[in-house]
Amino acid sequence: MSPPPFERLLDEHGAVVLRVCRALLTVHEADDAWAETFLSALRAYPQLKDTSNLRGWLVTIAHRKAVDQIRRRQGSSTPLPDLGCVDRYPSDDDAGLWQSFDGLPPKQREAVALHHIAGLPYRAVADLTGSTPAAARRAAADGVAALRRKYRPEEDR
Amino acid sequence: MNAPDLETRLASVATSAIPDGLRARLISTADSEQTLALGYDVADSPVGPLLLVASAAGLLRLAFVREGHEAVLESLAERIDPRIVRHPVRVETAKRQLGEYFEGHRQYFDLAFDLRLARGFRLAVLGELQRIGYGMRASYAAVAAATGRPAAVRAVGTACATNPLPLVIPCHRVVRSDGTIGNYGGGAEAKQLLLDLEGG
Repeated sequence: MSPPPFERLLDEHGAVVLRVCRALLTVHEADDAWAETFLSALRAYPQLKDTSNLRGWLVTIAHRKAVDQIRRRQGSSTPLPDLGCVDRYPSDDDAGLWQSFDGLPPKQREAVALHHIAGLPYRAVADLTGSTPAAARRAAADGVAALRRKYRPEEDR
Repeated sequence: MNAPDLETRLASVATSAIPDGLRARLISTADSEQTLALGYDVADSPVGPLLLVASAAGLLRLAFVREGHEAVLESLAERIDPRIVRHPVRVETAKRQLGEYFEGHRQYFDLAFDLRLARGFRLAVLGELQRIGYGMRASYAAVAAATGRPAAVRAVGTACATNPLPLVIPCHRVVRSDGTIGNYGGGAEAKQLLLDLEGG
C-alpha cells in the first residue's frame, strides 16, 4: 500500500498525538512536542517503508519528542511554568484530565498515555519505555488508579 | 467516576481538537523548510467544488468533484510525493483568479504551472491549448494540425481528457469539427457553461 496523503495522518491521528503529548507534558511543551512530531514525520514520510501502523509510528515519535522535552526541562535551571489554569488548553474538554496527570510518577504517566490514550499494546509500551509488558501493565493500572483519585470530571465541561 | 468511564475518556479523541494556531505553525514551518511537497485547497465554483493542488514551482493539478478529490490526492501521493497537506496559502492566487474568471472579470490566468504530470505529445498539446484565447473555439483536428501532427486527432482528445489543469489550460475551448462540444472531464454541462460564460 502506498502512503496516503499526509493530510490524512493529521486528520486521523493529530488529536490522539496531541492527547499523548498533553498527558506527558505541560501545555506549552505539549504543543512543541506535537509540532515537532509531525514535522519529523513529514520529513521522514517519503522514505517510510511500512505504512500499516501509522498511528503507532506517530505515537513512537511523539513519545521520543516528549522524553526530549523532559530532558531539556531537567537540564535547564528555569523553573517549570505553573500548570494552574484550565483555559490554557484551547478547544479541549479534557483540560482537567491533563492537569490530573501532573504529579504522577513518569512510568505511570507514560504507561497510561501510551496504552490507554494511544491504544498501544503493553508489549509496545514496554519496548518504548525500556520495561517489560507486565511492568507496563502494572504501571498503567497504578496510573489509572491514581488518576481516579485526583480527577474530578465535573470540573471539565 | 468508575473504572470503565475513566478509561473510555482516556481513549476518546472526540474531546480534543487541534487548535488552528498549532496546525498553522506546523504547516508554515514545513513550508519554509521545503518539506511540504504539495499544498491544496478546495474552491467553490459554478461548475462545482474545484480541488487546487500546487507544488513550490506552481499549480500542478486542478480537479472537478466528479474525478473524486480524495482519489486525485491519493494518486498524487503515489505518483509525485505523499507529503500533501491542505495549505490554502499555496493556491490562494489561483483561487482568486478563478473567482475573477467565473465573475467574468478575467480572461487570462497569470499563474506559474508545474506541468510534470504531462509528458511528450500531451505536453505539446497543452502548449497549443494555451494559445486558444478567451471566447475562442478550436477543433480537435485544428489542434492536431497546430502541433504538427494532423493525423493525431484522437491523441489530442486524450491529451485534453488527461489535462492536469483544466480551466486554466483551456481544453474546454476544443470542440468537435461538427460543432458539437464534445466530452469534458468536468462533464458536458460544465463545458457548455464555460463556453457560454466566455461567449457572453
